[in-house]
Amino acid sequence: MKKRLLILEDGTVFNGIAFGSDKASQGEVVFTTGMTGYQETLSDPSFYGQIVTLTYPLIGNYGINRDDFEGITPAIRGFVVRELEEHPSNFRCDMTLNDYLKSQDIPGIEGIDTRKLTRIIRSKGAVRAILTAANEEVNVEDIVAQLQATPLITHHVREVSPKAAYPSPGRGKRVVVIDFGMKHGILRELNKRDCDVLVVPYNTSAEQILAWHPDGIMLSNGPGNPADVTEGIETIKNLIGQVPIFGICLGHQLFALASGATSFKLPFGHRGANHPVKDLRTGRTELTSQNHGYAIDPESLANTDLEITHIALNDGTVEGVRHKTYPIFTVQYHPEASPGPEDSNHLFDEFIDMMEAEKEKKYA
Amino acid sequence: MPKRTDINTILVIGSGPIVIGQAAEFDYAGTQACLSLKEEGYRVILINSNPATIMTDTEIADKVYIEPISLEFVSRILRKERPDALLPTLGGQTGLNMAIELHESGILDELGIEILGTKLDAIHKAEDRDLFRNLMYELGAPVPESDIIHNLDEAKRFVEKIGYPVIVRPAFTLGGTGGGICNNDQELEEIVTSGLKYSPVTQCLLEKSIAGFKEIEYEVMRDAADNAIVVCSMENFDPVGIHTGDSIVVAPAQTLSDREYQMLRNISLDIIRALKIEGGCNVQLALDPNSFQYYVIEVNPRVSRSSALASKATGYPIAKLAAKIAVGLTLDEIKNPVTGSTYACFEPAIDYIVAKIPRWPFDKFESAKRNLGTQMKATGEVMALGRTFEEALLKAVRSLETGHVHIEMKNANELTDAWIEKRIRKAGDERLFFIGEALRRGVTIEQIHDWSAIDLWFLKKLEKIVAMESTLTANKNDKDVLRTAKRLGFADKKIAELWETTQEAVYTFRKEQGIIPVYKMVDTCAAEFESQTPYFYGTYEEENESVRSDKQSVVVLGSGPIRIGQGVEFDYATVHSVWAIQEAGYEAIIINSNPETVSTDFSISDKLYFEPLTIEDVMHIIDLEQPIGVVVQFGGQTAINLADKLEANGVKILGTTLEDIDRAENRDKFEQALRELAIPQPPGDTATSAEGAMAIAEKLGFPVLVRPSYVLGGRAMEIVYNMEELAHYMEHAVEASPDHPVLVDRYLTGQEIEVDAICDGENVLIPGIMEHIERAGVHSGDSISVYPPQKLTDAQKETLVDYTTRLAKGLGIVGLMNIQYVLSDGEIYVIEVNPRSSRTVPFLSKITNIPMANIATKAILGQTIPAQGYPTGLADEQPGVFVKVPVFSFAKLRRVDITLGPEMKSTGEVMGKDATLEKALYKGLVAAGTEIKTYGTVLFTVSDKDKEEAIAIAKRFSTVGYRIMATEGTARSFEAAGVQTDVVEKIGAKGKTLIDVIQNGEAQLVVNTLTKGKQPARDGFRIRRESVENGVPCLTSLDTAEAMLRVIESMTFTAEEMPKAEVQHS
Repeated sequence: MKKRLLILEDGTVFNGIAFGSDKASQGEVVFTTGMTGYQETLSDPSFYGQIVTLTYPLIGNYGINRDDFEGITPAIRGFVVRELEEHPSNFRCDMTLNDYLKSQDIPGIEGIDTRKLTRIIRSKGAVRAILTAANEEVNVEDIVAQLQATPLITHHVREVSPKAAYPSPGRGKRVVVIDFGMKHGILRELNKRDCDVLVVPYNTSAEQILAWHPDGIMLSNGPGNPADVTEGIETIKNLIGQVPIFGICLGHQLFALASGATSFKLPFGHRGANHPVKDLRTGRTELTSQNHGYAIDPESLANTDLEITHIALNDGTVEGVRHKTYPIFTVQYHPEASPGPEDSNHLFDEFIDMMEAEKEKKYA
Repeated sequence: MPKRTDINTILVIGSGPIVIGQAAEFDYAGTQACLSLKEEGYRVILINSNPATIMTDTEIADKVYIEPISLEFVSRILRKERPDALLPTLGGQTGLNMAIELHESGILDELGIEILGTKLDAIHKAEDRDLFRNLMYELGAPVPESDIIHNLDEAKRFVEKIGYPVIVRPAFTLGGTGGGICNNDQELEEIVTSGLKYSPVTQCLLEKSIAGFKEIEYEVMRDAADNAIVVCSMENFDPVGIHTGDSIVVAPAQTLSDREYQMLRNISLDIIRALKIEGGCNVQLALDPNSFQYYVIEVNPRVSRSSALASKATGYPIAKLAAKIAVGLTLDEIKNPVTGSTYACFEPAIDYIVAKIPRWPFDKFESAKRNLGTQMKATGEVMALGRTFEEALLKAVRSLETGHVHIEMKNANELTDAWIEKRIRKAGDERLFFIGEALRRGVTIEQIHDWSAIDLWFLKKLEKIVAMESTLTANKNDKDVLRTAKRLGFADKKIAELWETTQEAVYTFRKEQGIIPVYKMVDTCAAEFESQTPYFYGTYEEENESVRSDKQSVVVLGSGPIRIGQGVEFDYATVHSVWAIQEAGYEAIIINSNPETVSTDFSISDKLYFEPLTIEDVMHIIDLEQPIGVVVQFGGQTAINLADKLEANGVKILGTTLEDIDRAENRDKFEQALRELAIPQPPGDTATSAEGAMAIAEKLGFPVLVRPSYVLGGRAMEIVYNMEELAHYMEHAVEASPDHPVLVDRYLTGQEIEVDAICDGENVLIPGIMEHIERAGVHSGDSISVYPPQKLTDAQKETLVDYTTRLAKGLGIVGLMNIQYVLSDGEIYVIEVNPRSSRTVPFLSKITNIPMANIATKAILGQTIPAQGYPTGLADEQPGVFVKVPVFSFAKLRRVDITLGPEMKSTGEVMGKDATLEKALYKGLVAAGTEIKTYGTVLFTVSDKDKEEAIAIAKRFSTVGYRIMATEGTARSFEAAGVQTDVVEKIGAKGKTLIDVIQNGEAQLVVNTLTKGKQPARDGFRIRRESVENGVPCLTSLDTAEAMLRVIESMTFTAEEMPKAEVQHS
């Protein structure tokens, strides 16, 4: 058993046991409250640069299987659990979580009071932290100073967006997905509806996109601060009014920024599978899967052509908007779920319907 | 949506008496619901026949009716009160069935009463097997191959088609009564026949067995706006095939990936939406461990035992919110009462593991079949929370109070490997402990999985526990190993055993090393939001969240799991004690391990610690909270048994001192006290060996009453009539030793009397005297109690008051006490004194309007009874007659002898109240589920010693028009006394035997006092069991028979010819 430390920028030190990769790693520590779906979580590109803590204490129970990844390689910087299960039990299990993280060179720590850590994050906001081997050379003061001096990353999207476009063919609606760090679930939902999908890098221009004659555009989820993704915002500005658009998570934020709104950083983000979102049009509340550290400032929407369609029930933050004139709607949460509740899966159908309606209008 | 303003008055139906399958969870649900409706401004009328509940306190509803939950009585209340609506979904199956019956009778339409919560057609769709299957087909939800059958032939045809094994599920029954798994023709015949009998609609579902699948449950809620959520998922440790009430259950589900979890979540929500339930619902699912194939097993369209468990497991108060939803509020506008800042429309995220283990009554019913199947047998359950599965499980094990502190059993080394395998293959109450032993013997988890189909994940955890045992043994006094063991939930007692030291030494060493638990909050959100809930569990982690307040506090110990002899009555007293402590200006802290109860609702006390009631776990809390003292007298024997160890740890016991408790419970000291007080008791002595017992009996003369000291509910208590029986008892029933003495008393027949009293040290208040219908020898908990006494003279009452007062003062009682007396040949003797709250406290409190537990608590805290504004001495008698009638769950426990005796067997009670004893008895018997027919046939088989008395009773039955049947001997004596009697053959004879009579439903009542039923082979036992299995009331005490006869007599007219003038031939 190797010992490992998790040191936070406020000087708190957690003594735990190492698993996964042996390397040291630095990142922003966040927590997610989902009780299932650690495989989807650790492979979700939106977690780029983050050390992810799971509040549920037993992790690894069903192992890692070939099906449930949301990205090709994990983008997380570290994994923090209370207890790592080395003996998973599930018919789809291919390997243990530990073996998988080793293979991906991602360090983990187990055996710490994750609830204490969660409470620190809740009160202080997401904090910078380091995962490092516990040995005599460790100087906490130096590490804390180093953490505090580390500038925030601003190039998240560049890291997780593909370098070149690629197709995922179908016979139905042609959808161009701008990939800011897309979860595979989005592609899965579009393919399920027989869409003819083309996935493009985050910095693809509007002109180029429109040249493919899409029926609609999907703005994917992704990591980091939306204000950093200037190229994406520029592209979206030029797409508004041209073609139906559906945005998810970062895609939603970028659309709002492109429309003139502003974003802000939430105290400790929304991460989990139990976030209630109210649809202001129907009055119905759905349980959603969420993973975001930023949100759109509702007041900043006043001077735009957008209206709020969804809000978070608990803190009232903006969870969905639509364009008052054009067929565009975006949501802050994850209708593709995986992990989490599938209550909002119908949004993909609405996107298809919207494209259909637009087409009919065009050829009417 | 705002709440409805078109309704004002709502009638809530409770669940009636505690029976197996329907326990204290409905008191919790009902209490929450009533308070929740009142909070919204509705006028609440409650009907429940169970006086032992908090929900029948007059503060809980605007009007409380303690009346039978039967069409007759509920209709009467509906006509009188004219409520606008009826809420039936909080009273278990009893409430739902009552609603259906009321609807079918037409009274709801007639009076324009609306049913809230779940509509009738939804109840039908969920409960009627045919409709349910059709609904599942519509939703595309797979259900196991099945068929509805109405008779045995249909059952056989189904089996011909799909083969064995098949599961039988009778429609509209509780806890799976009458159901089971059949592997062959004989079992099919037996189970289907009984299942059809128990189903009120004579209908059973026969279903392809999917035993071995994972059993998963979802607790879901929905409101009128169609918002629907999952409150909690649960996974059964035991795979499909064992009733969920009899399964070890963990929350949340442990072995499901997100895809499996969401697949089952989706279908659960589809179901609650399709049923249009406005409130809570439980969905049970079976999942193939090797594919995504799943089946919907069952849906309960109401709050249930599982929803109580889910509420306590997550903190999310399902019943409270279900009531609000029923009146039109929606989840997105109701605040989550736990966080106070977020909304109820969310799904709790938990950051700990919950384990529930059922508590079975097999310690009391040695002869009962211990196998577990689709029919529930547990009387109660315990729950424990931990940050590891092992910790939660081991905490739950020691919460059971069955003598286990670990996953091991006594004398395990005597078991053969073959026996262990057998007991793991066939599920029984001790399977967990057999698995522990198998692992210790080196059996692999794969092998155990093959035998039991229990998921390897669970078995691996058990293996880890067993491995830690060796690690501990090999590393004595190693603090790192100790810390790891504590994280796995090991009890100090177990560690001490492995380290060959004392529990105290381990405790001291731990404290020195700083290895003590911290307390984490149950907050529904995994710490995501700040919460105010004072609901904690202990675990070995870094950060403690439970902060001691500046206020002085008092700790109240709860009564643990519901079991025979320690029921919901003790929770009632615990809750009242908590309220009184708060009223007296202190902070009330409760420790308890039972998820079903009101006392473990976090809104009751200032702080709730959900922890095992063992000295180790309780001391940790006391170390942290530093209360002024601990109250032990309301938590039954559970709490009393901790008193000496608490005091040894320097904790102050509030109220009656430990020394005085001992004086009442230790036979020798008690005798001495009685001698000093000059109060007579039946002659008797204490034996520490079999020989000693026999010598005492010799001296006293038979019959004698034998029992171990320090017992509850008369466990292992027996009346023996000769030396042989005594020898058998001493050998088999008890282990007499100087540490565990056995009491041998002369058995006095006579009128049994029970008195509860409150003493503040100087003043004594006696709220009432109760007399028992059954003569001494039948356990007080199994007797029908009557208030006020009907047979006692004023002088006798005075003597009782005098004795009680002197006993209370003489024994130094501060708080509550309960005394059993017997009136024999005009003389009153003390049989027993319990220096604590008793089973009759709620009954008497409700009748007399004297809040006994409250007054007692305040007396304990230093306020005298007069200072509280109450009189002393015997309180004025209330008008009317009140009876407490015991309720049994024999139908669910195969092979248990139903004969009443000194050992308690009932699971619950009801109250009947009216102007006369007969009317009160009628209500009591009806409420207890006995059908009273004004004509019919009564079958007698009585022992010789009872014949004389039986003749008088038979004569009276005959007079009101009952036909009398008896076996030959009894019939002869009846005929000789002029009672016309039809003879039936004994068991085994040719021709029509009494078993045929019972099975064919030819008798409406059986009176049997034939043999003592310790040997199931005997005829008497078969007669009694046949009666139970065929739903025929069987009375084993002539006193009960006489009481029932009085009721029948009062309801009917005699049929007697005119007296003929005697012709004088002189």
